[in-house]
Amino acid sequence: MIATFLIQDGVTNGAIYALLGLALVLLFSVTRVIFIPQGEFVAYGALTLALLDGGKVPATTSLLVCFGAVAFLFDLWSMRRGTDVRTFLRSLALNLVLPGVIYGITIVLAPLGLPSVAKALLTILIITPMGVYVYRIAYRPLADASVLVLLIASVGVHLAMMGLGLVFFGAEGLRAEPLADDNYTIGALMVSAQNLCIYGATIAIIVGLYMFFERTLLGKALRATAVNRLGARLVGVRTHLTGVTAFTLAAAIGAVSGVLIGPITTIYYDTGFLIGLKGFVAAIIGGLASFPITAIAAIGVGLVESFSSFFASSYKEVIVFGLIIPVLIWLSLSGGFHEEE
Amino acid sequence: MSGNLLELSNLHVSYGRAEVLHGISMSMKPGSIVTVIGANGAGKSTLLNAIMGIVPSSGTIIYDGAPVPRSVEARVAGGLCLVPEKRELFSTMSVEDNIELGGFLRSAAERAETREDVYARFPRLAERRKQLAGTLSGGERQMLALARALMSRPRLLLLDEPSLGLAPKIVIDILNIVSELRKTGVSILLVEQNARAALEIADEGYLVELGEVRLSGPASEMAVNPALMESYLGTHS
Repeated sequence: MIATFLIQDGVTNGAIYALLGLALVLLFSVTRVIFIPQGEFVAYGALTLALLDGGKVPATTSLLVCFGAVAFLFDLWSMRRGTDVRTFLRSLALNLVLPGVIYGITIVLAPLGLPSVAKALLTILIITPMGVYVYRIAYRPLADASVLVLLIASVGVHLAMMGLGLVFFGAEGLRAEPLADDNYTIGALMVSAQNLCIYGATIAIIVGLYMFFERTLLGKALRATAVNRLGARLVGVRTHLTGVTAFTLAAAIGAVSGVLIGPITTIYYDTGFLIGLKGFVAAIIGGLASFPITAIAAIGVGLVESFSSFFASSYKEVIVFGLIIPVLIWLSLSGGFHEEE
Repeated sequence: MSGNLLELSNLHVSYGRAEVLHGISMSMKPGSIVTVIGANGAGKSTLLNAIMGIVPSSGTIIYDGAPVPRSVEARVAGGLCLVPEKRELFSTMSVEDNIELGGFLRSAAERAETREDVYARFPRLAERRKQLAGTLSGGERQMLALARALMSRPRLLLLDEPSLGLAPKIVIDILNIVSELRKTGVSILLVEQNARAALEIADEGYLVELGEVRLSGPASEMAVNPALMESYLGTHS
């Protein structure tokens, strides 16, 4: 009886870790960035949703405008030696107009007491463009840097985003309202509608990513970049295009995860880091390369976490992060990790 | 000056402190095959990489009457296309996907049209559409690299050692394909170790040694040049 609850709990958390793990694998394979701040998108998403529940304009909208403005300054700097009108207008639209419009929409809609699905969509709309700006500000200038330099940049971005989270949201934790309140009993099992939303969204995103990578030319270009960066450049795939696409997808996945996890646990400005790290454990088990292994490993991480929190709650995190050690040993012994041709 | 598809003047390339190309100048007419021959390490591949924009260079590259654009993507869009020595295929993706991606910068309609041409030219690849690129034989990989390049609808194809590591019979096949391509209006800048075979299909030849042009002229004259014969073509036959 207890086991069924633990399993359900584990699978629910595991589904969210799976989303984060997939985002990390996607980012690493396309851009070679080990993206530590993935969890910050989750926290931002959950906090945004919680504030929208209270009818407030979430601080993330102002943050988004700031990000856009900084990204615009970066664009201006790189355009200082002359540019054409189209590039300038595109930068203006992407970095200033888009966040402005989202800000406007949020100000109008936030006090209206929207239905929960609309609030979830608005949250995703606010968070997703942040991926574009984070890429523009932190990673695009480093496009040719080594994995280590990119990792160091990730630590910096993580600290900056967590600090901004504290400034904009404050130190208090928030919990969002569930997307749906109902509960269903299936045999001995009680399943909440929120959990069903989590399973459904996870499956939908996995299927969506699969379709994107298998069926669309842009998706194939992202895969091609992951397989052979030089080859991709030679067919005219711009590094910036794949980078910005990967970061946008990762931010969107982070926002969805935040919307899903916000109602089942209290989120603080710094909670995202821990959640992201668990997705990272799954991504490492998948060798930072395999989507299916990452997804399955994430469910495993969720299960280990829920069982260890029952049997040895004070060692919960130790056990979960300890999972990574045998995997690292195995990966380093098998040496099948460097597969650049 | 006018009427050339490509004009290089005083092209320098350095890797760090070491200069590899010391002021190369050359020109090629539209619709021609020009071959660059020379020993290993002479800077032939570097020359192609510089024209493609993969390595930074100084000096001028005039392509189609105007300075070549800065980014690799813009050069691809303008009709330049490099088939590198290592092919750089997407090994874990299917033959079909590799070919499709070759036309990344072209419209869907252009891609569909070019794809048919490409499959007609390489029936072997049509048979292996679903196979992963990494599982192809050496000759098939080279064909796939050529096919992927053709999908970008190039006007100037830069071929780096297309015969490298291939069996003699397949080398002949590949070079036949290259000279067939010229008939479709594509100009080809060919870097080859196999100097004799390259000069046979080329209009003009350049001999590059230690990063400088040592000799240039019509391919037919270069093929009988005594000095060249001795060092690059083998003295007999």
